[in-house]
Amino acid sequence: MLDLLAGFVQELRNAGLPVSLTENLDAMEAVQHIPLDDRDAFKYALAATMVKNSSHWKSFETVFEVYFSLRGPEYSISGESEDELEKMWREMQDQLQQGDGRGASGGMDSLTPEEIAQMLLQALMNGDQALMRALAKQAVQRFAGMEPGRPVGGTYYLYRTLRNLDLDGMLAKLMDTSRQEVGGELTPLEERLEKDEYEHRIEQFKKEIEAEIRRRLVADRGAEAMAKTLRKPLPEDVEFMHASRDEMQALKKSLYPLTRKLAARLARKRRHGRKGPLDFRNTVRHSLSYGGTPAEPKFKSPRPSKPELMVIADISGSVAAFARFTLMLVYAIQNQFSKVRSFVFIDGIDEVTGFFRGTEDITEAIHRVNTEADVVWVDGHSDYGHAFEVFWDKYGKDITPKTTVLFLGDARNNYHASQSWVVKEVSKKARQVYWLNPEPKSYWNTGDSIVGEYGNFTDGTYECRNLRQLEAFVEKLV
Amino acid sequence: MQPRFSSVQQVREGLRDVNYLADEGIAGVVYLADRLGKPVLVEGPAGTGKTQLAKSVADLTGARLIRLQCYEGLDESKALYEWNYKKQLLRIQADKNSDSWSEVHDDIFSEEFLLTRPLLEAISATEPVVLLIDEVDRVEVETEALLLEILSEYQVSIPELGTIQAKQIPLVFLTSNNTRELSEALKRRCLFLHVDYPALDREKEIVLTKVEGITEHLADQVARIVRSIRQLDLKKAPSVSETLDWARTLMLLNIDSIDEKVAKDTLHVLLKYQSDISRAAKELSVDPV
Repeated sequence: MLDLLAGFVQELRNAGLPVSLTENLDAMEAVQHIPLDDRDAFKYALAATMVKNSSHWKSFETVFEVYFSLRGPEYSISGESEDELEKMWREMQDQLQQGDGRGASGGMDSLTPEEIAQMLLQALMNGDQALMRALAKQAVQRFAGMEPGRPVGGTYYLYRTLRNLDLDGMLAKLMDTSRQEVGGELTPLEERLEKDEYEHRIEQFKKEIEAEIRRRLVADRGAEAMAKTLRKPLPEDVEFMHASRDEMQALKKSLYPLTRKLAARLARKRRHGRKGPLDFRNTVRHSLSYGGTPAEPKFKSPRPSKPELMVIADISGSVAAFARFTLMLVYAIQNQFSKVRSFVFIDGIDEVTGFFRGTEDITEAIHRVNTEADVVWVDGHSDYGHAFEVFWDKYGKDITPKTTVLFLGDARNNYHASQSWVVKEVSKKARQVYWLNPEPKSYWNTGDSIVGEYGNFTDGTYECRNLRQLEAFVEKLV
Repeated sequence: MQPRFSSVQQVREGLRDVNYLADEGIAGVVYLADRLGKPVLVEGPAGTGKTQLAKSVADLTGARLIRLQCYEGLDESKALYEWNYKKQLLRIQADKNSDSWSEVHDDIFSEEFLLTRPLLEAISATEPVVLLIDEVDRVEVETEALLLEILSEYQVSIPELGTIQAKQIPLVFLTSNNTRELSEALKRRCLFLHVDYPALDREKEIVLTKVEGITEHLADQVARIVRSIRQLDLKKAPSVSETLDWARTLMLLNIDSIDEKVAKDTLHVLLKYQSDISRAAKELSVDPV
């Protein structure tokens, strides 16, 4: 047990969760108070002592599943649970026979795919957990075609299993059935609710299948190897440019609390910051009560310097996600700036400040930026040079010594002219100019990337690959 | 020291008796907190019953609830203890002539002149207490350090008096809305419990227990609609307390089945932003298939 826990903690650390020594000891103590056969309690005991951040929960869960998936009676791959399954299956058959008189005989293995589909439909309809689990097991066994030692990932098996089950079709069928039950049309509201319910159940079923595949893989390859392949970065470390769809969702979710935290921190910093210069008038006024001795020096409260911000973002395919997150972050804390203007470009440039004005909903505004902004000039491939030139002509005069200009992009210019003189002119007029690049630093200035050429004229060029780096930069900016 | 609970199951059932429906995780952590003698840091979205948990545990164990509401600018004299300055002055003036200086000096720094604030009160109480430190994320990082001694050692050091040890180990709950990252030192000393929006069945059960006279059907509908709404991308998802408000509203309006119109008309109880309301209304009425 001790070895297992030690390996488990090691893996958690590898996954990026900070588990300290005392927390480890706490966990050891905690599990002594928990009945070991209670898997859920065991899991919560470990989580409560070792995971201190809710966004790390998912990583923890994955590692836990891998390490402890083969323990607990209901999780064994074969054994007594088969009997139970058989029983359930027979009951099911009885129901079916009563229903439409169709008889099927034999054990679970002799089922045809149609029958499995039929059973699944029933299980989903009634929300029958146990049957769903049994079916997931059966489906994986039958469809995934898993062989020991085969060097393919779990997703491959998952895909194979799901392809055979046709869950999308299942959803439609479920909706039909419930419509028939009511006898006629559902109101849109009911329809929506039913659909959410079934989607939820199907999602659960998918999870069961995933868990089953994982269990089999762990049994085949051992926990450590599995944990390694399943290891995923924490949300704040996910790279913008390579995030999968799920990761994007997670990123979006963690962005909102992050902006709130950032805003709170900035406001606090401002309030508790240093005092301003001596307020002569006020000091003399107060010295009167000390007989003319300036015993109590008074200070002016510092004028909060609220910079104007101009964000100029590349929204071509490769870096669109990054631009989106940066814009969201900037607008979420826009009360820290006296004015925020934003421009987006691919090879043409367009001002999008208006989309953000008067709307509470930043996501909606970003969506409009992506669909309505007029950013294509010739072919819709990044052309920094042309975009900058147009920017200088149209908006260059608006740059004042109070303005901070922020360029976002990977500076992959498709070998067009760089027109870096624009950046130079901008930096002459503006207070500060920064360039944020979502690419890893080692890729800079390779191929058609000319970030160095622009970077010469800026006050700083920063690598900004994940939320953590973005947050650090924005805090510095304000 | 006698543990308060004998099993996780007992915690769960006990909480149910005082009308708090805990899930496996919540009950498990409360049980562990008692066994390990460690504070619990409860985190989660607003309105999911974090504060209520502490109250219910106090109810369950028959302990007195001592609450420290945190806010920016909270300091030692409001959280821990303060010398009763006026009383000290009076004491000095009362017998100006009789006592020698050293006697007075020792005397005015005795427990008689100590004003106990919530933290010290929880420590020095002889009867069982539950200490609730509410919204701990509102204090500054520096103030957090005030809590460290009491959370790990259950003692308070007062320079003039020495160290006051806890007579019994109180159950401590800290709640946080996660507006900022708490310090590692604080987190390390606590068990961590993340309370999220409840699953469908639990929410329905909560509605059934908390709203009197509601029908099973209506509760089910309420829980389902709320779940659908939470899946949308909203500025502020409806919390459990807002769900309860909504269910009560529906009861007051004598509605026994929710249709689209009712849902639309009463959405403002559930959602607090105009953009959220309009989006939810749109989503709920659009034919999705």
